[in-house]
Amino acid sequence: MKILKFMAGCVLAAGVAFTAIAAQAAEPIRIGEINSYSRLPAFLDPYKKGWQLALEEVNAAGGIKGRPLEFVDRDDAGKPGNAVTIAEEMVSKEKVTLLAGTFLSHIGLAVTDFAKQNKVFFLAAEPLADAIVWKSGNRYTFRLRPSTTMQAAMLAKEAAKTGAKKWATVAPNYAYGKEAVAAFKKELTKLVPDATFVEEQWPTVFKIDAGPVVRAVEAAKPDGIYNVTFGGDLAQFVREGNLRGTFENRTVVSLLSGEPEYLEPLKGEAPKGWIVTGYPQGAIETPEHKVFFDAYMKKWGEAPKLGSVVGYNVVASLATLLKKADAYDAESLVNAMKGLEVMSPSGKFTFRAQDHQATMGTWVGKTDVKDGAGVMVDWFYADGADYQPSDEDVKSMRPAE
Amino acid sequence: MSFYFAQFLTGLSSASSLFLVACGLSLIFGVSRVVNFAHGSFYMLGAYVAYSLVQYVPGSILGFWGSVIAAALIVALVGVVVEILILKRIYNAPELYQLVATFGVVLVMQDAILLVFGGEDQFGPRAPGLDGVVRIFGEPIPEYDLLLIALGPIVLCGLWLLLNRTRWGVLVRAATLDREMVASLGVNQSWLFTTVFFLGSFLAGLGGALQVPRVSINLLMDLSIIAEAFVVVVIGGMGSIPGAFIAALLIGELNAFGVLVLPQATIVLAFVVMAVVLILRPYGLLGKPETLAHSAGQVELPIRPASTLAKSVAGLLLVGLVIMPFLAGEFAIVLATDVLIFALFAASLHFIMSNGGMVSFGHAAYFGLGAYGAAFVIKYAGGSMEIALLAAPLMAAAGALVFGWFCVRLSGVYMAMLTLAAAQIVWSTAFQWQDLTGGDDGLLGIWPSEWAKSKTAYYYLALVLCGGSILAMRRIIFSPFGYTLRGGRDNPNRTESIGINLRQHQWAGFVMAGMFAGIAGGVYVFSKGSIFPDEAAIPRSVDALVMVLLGGVQTLSGPVVGAGVFRLLEDEISRLDYWRAILGVIIISIVVIAPEGIAGFIRKIAMKAGFEHGEEASS
Repeated sequence: MKILKFMAGCVLAAGVAFTAIAAQAAEPIRIGEINSYSRLPAFLDPYKKGWQLALEEVNAAGGIKGRPLEFVDRDDAGKPGNAVTIAEEMVSKEKVTLLAGTFLSHIGLAVTDFAKQNKVFFLAAEPLADAIVWKSGNRYTFRLRPSTTMQAAMLAKEAAKTGAKKWATVAPNYAYGKEAVAAFKKELTKLVPDATFVEEQWPTVFKIDAGPVVRAVEAAKPDGIYNVTFGGDLAQFVREGNLRGTFENRTVVSLLSGEPEYLEPLKGEAPKGWIVTGYPQGAIETPEHKVFFDAYMKKWGEAPKLGSVVGYNVVASLATLLKKADAYDAESLVNAMKGLEVMSPSGKFTFRAQDHQATMGTWVGKTDVKDGAGVMVDWFYADGADYQPSDEDVKSMRPAE
Repeated sequence: MSFYFAQFLTGLSSASSLFLVACGLSLIFGVSRVVNFAHGSFYMLGAYVAYSLVQYVPGSILGFWGSVIAAALIVALVGVVVEILILKRIYNAPELYQLVATFGVVLVMQDAILLVFGGEDQFGPRAPGLDGVVRIFGEPIPEYDLLLIALGPIVLCGLWLLLNRTRWGVLVRAATLDREMVASLGVNQSWLFTTVFFLGSFLAGLGGALQVPRVSINLLMDLSIIAEAFVVVVIGGMGSIPGAFIAALLIGELNAFGVLVLPQATIVLAFVVMAVVLILRPYGLLGKPETLAHSAGQVELPIRPASTLAKSVAGLLLVGLVIMPFLAGEFAIVLATDVLIFALFAASLHFIMSNGGMVSFGHAAYFGLGAYGAAFVIKYAGGSMEIALLAAPLMAAAGALVFGWFCVRLSGVYMAMLTLAAAQIVWSTAFQWQDLTGGDDGLLGIWPSEWAKSKTAYYYLALVLCGGSILAMRRIIFSPFGYTLRGGRDNPNRTESIGINLRQHQWAGFVMAGMFAGIAGGVYVFSKGSIFPDEAAIPRSVDALVMVLLGGVQTLSGPVVGAGVFRLLEDEISRLDYWRAILGVIIISIVVIAPEGIAGFIRKIAMKAGFEHGEEASS
């Protein structure tokens, strides 16, 4: 009798243990994703579609070590204070393993600082501000998309080849615009020491009064124009400039303007021959991108935008990280993330151990109009690894951990 | 020389565009006294509708202009629907209600337009037949700009004729001067207001539709135009259409030449001009002093010390707040801290609004100043959190001292507009002065001292500071000072005739309100760890107004209840898709159905049930 009871007990215990393991195996790994979805749907819809596609693929392939990956995504309405509150909630109530997301630089910085204070792992997806990895960089924050300075350096290299010496700049009047102009000036004067900047225009972001701005640039008679405006401001700038012939016989270098998010709305009026950073979508022939492009087309019935690539790469990075890390506490995640190599539609990239910046690159080329739509031509993929500051510079810019 | 002439023309075309939007806003305000926040949404809707219509008739001149007119008409109809369904019910309420209701419309429209037209930026075609440039003195001027330059004065003349040479215009002008008198002469005011709203919305839609060949059409158009349109209307004098024209010219040309001299300053320029004009000419360039309404709306119940029941409810609430951290999870504590901060913020607005009768549309300025004041202590003086929390109210009070001096010289909606200008100046300074404030990138790393680091400890700190401040304000309300403020609110002439320097009292009240908002800002910055210019921006001011209104303007506990409900509601519904529309509908419903707010509603029920003795007091 006793032995029977014992055996029954063993079976029961094994059963309980097995169920527990099974339950644990099926328990999803939760990622807290914060973004300004309602504020900037034009950019964040494609981004969301990107990560949704990647998430589906990861889970279809069996998830992470048998556990499904789950995104808890929330809208911060474009308010940094909300983003911090949501981050608190995700960490304390939703029990997420790590945080990811953000688009606007100031919200990215607010969450960066939250991550530092609360020792939570954070992957900044889209914000471009240099401060995220440099001045305000910290142990717990990594950034995916190529920074303002990286992209400005890519453009400066191409701008130097054009021979233009007298430059005018047009940039939105806030941190991003100022940073982008400063970085371009610094990189260009390194390559072309006698380059001069004869005019600076600082329209209010999303409120450009493009006519007077274009006129002021024209009055300075520069050889080259460096533009940082984007979205609606860019469209107005392009139209007013086209009307008045401001861009004729001038070199124009323009940050981000080749991204479909900004280039597509311009349709047939897209500028020709501008040197831009962007994303030539369907024209990219690498096998890893082809697979991504087709899957995206199949799932959403439209071509991916740059945001889609970033969204997809967020999941790709996190899946690689979670597969590599032995434990999911913040310290282990940070250690595993340093030097992590990620395979992605845009090619292989690494999260630098020095400053936590991914070496994900972007495409540099010229704009053109084909069949009434703006496209990028003569483009090449600029690997982010080639546009990084030296380790000493990083050390001087980044606060010690 | 020719260059400057061309720049002048460019400025003129911007001025015309601005005037087309602003004149409708001014017209609506002049007649109905509604500060229509949704005007920007109508402008955006006009642009989207015109853009969509133009797609069906590419390249046709007639089609383009037909689309523009059709879009304006559609917008006008939407405006009429909004007027009949919402505004008609609240014309007798104070300005604040209408402003908040129209803000609800803004939220609904944002999501509705996103749903119908999609989130992508749209870029319309150039106007057929006007897609080139003409050379004037050798300088290229876009043809479409010339058309706009002509259109501004044409619309101005058309409106002038309509207002001065038609019977309808006579009635509208009469209503602008004296609504009650017009009504008592047997004019159907309701119909008159609807037609005015039709015309005003038509002009907004027209203004938007005419921008299709010029600007990119996106979902941020509404709020970016409304601030500018307000500036134009206020500078010109609220309700004055020629004034709006002159103001638009001023802003347009200042901008055109400003970019040549000080390209960085365009962001503040308009608001500085507005502040200067209001200081020199308090009612705007061509505005007239506000005509006093004959009936001052509903007479408020005098305030009374809390009844035993109310005291026990408040006591229970306090006990609940004290033991809360032992019962709730960590996030509930964070959320409760938020609620406390916003309760103080809303209460400080309520303090000047309800007691002082001074409506502030820019209360976020003092919240922001307090937050920045605290942040500066940490960042630049190496001070501790304790000193920073002292600096917060000081900085805010200093700001309120300066702005208040100008603001209390005005009353009603003019004062509200000047507070808005003040807040925009604070915001743009924070945005622009990058070396000090970090600009848009803000100031980071402002966390509490070691002892207050845990969420629970910080919650108690917030409870003591915010709760204590709210009680202090309540004490002030029941002091002779509070009675004087209310006396000034109910009858300024009588108050002054008994020898009280009302303006000085109002100024002091304004500074106190600013100081308390500053405390809220200081507590806020340490709970978030960072501060950005957003905290002093228009949406934050509107948040405070909504919270006060939600709780009930005429109830002392209103702002506290309102802040709690608003913050928790926002937290809950922002998880849903199209949550802005839901929030908008909730705001509109409360304004229309329960204008006395939640706390006011409860008090009404309590009175009916005989727990409170309101009837005696009101008799």
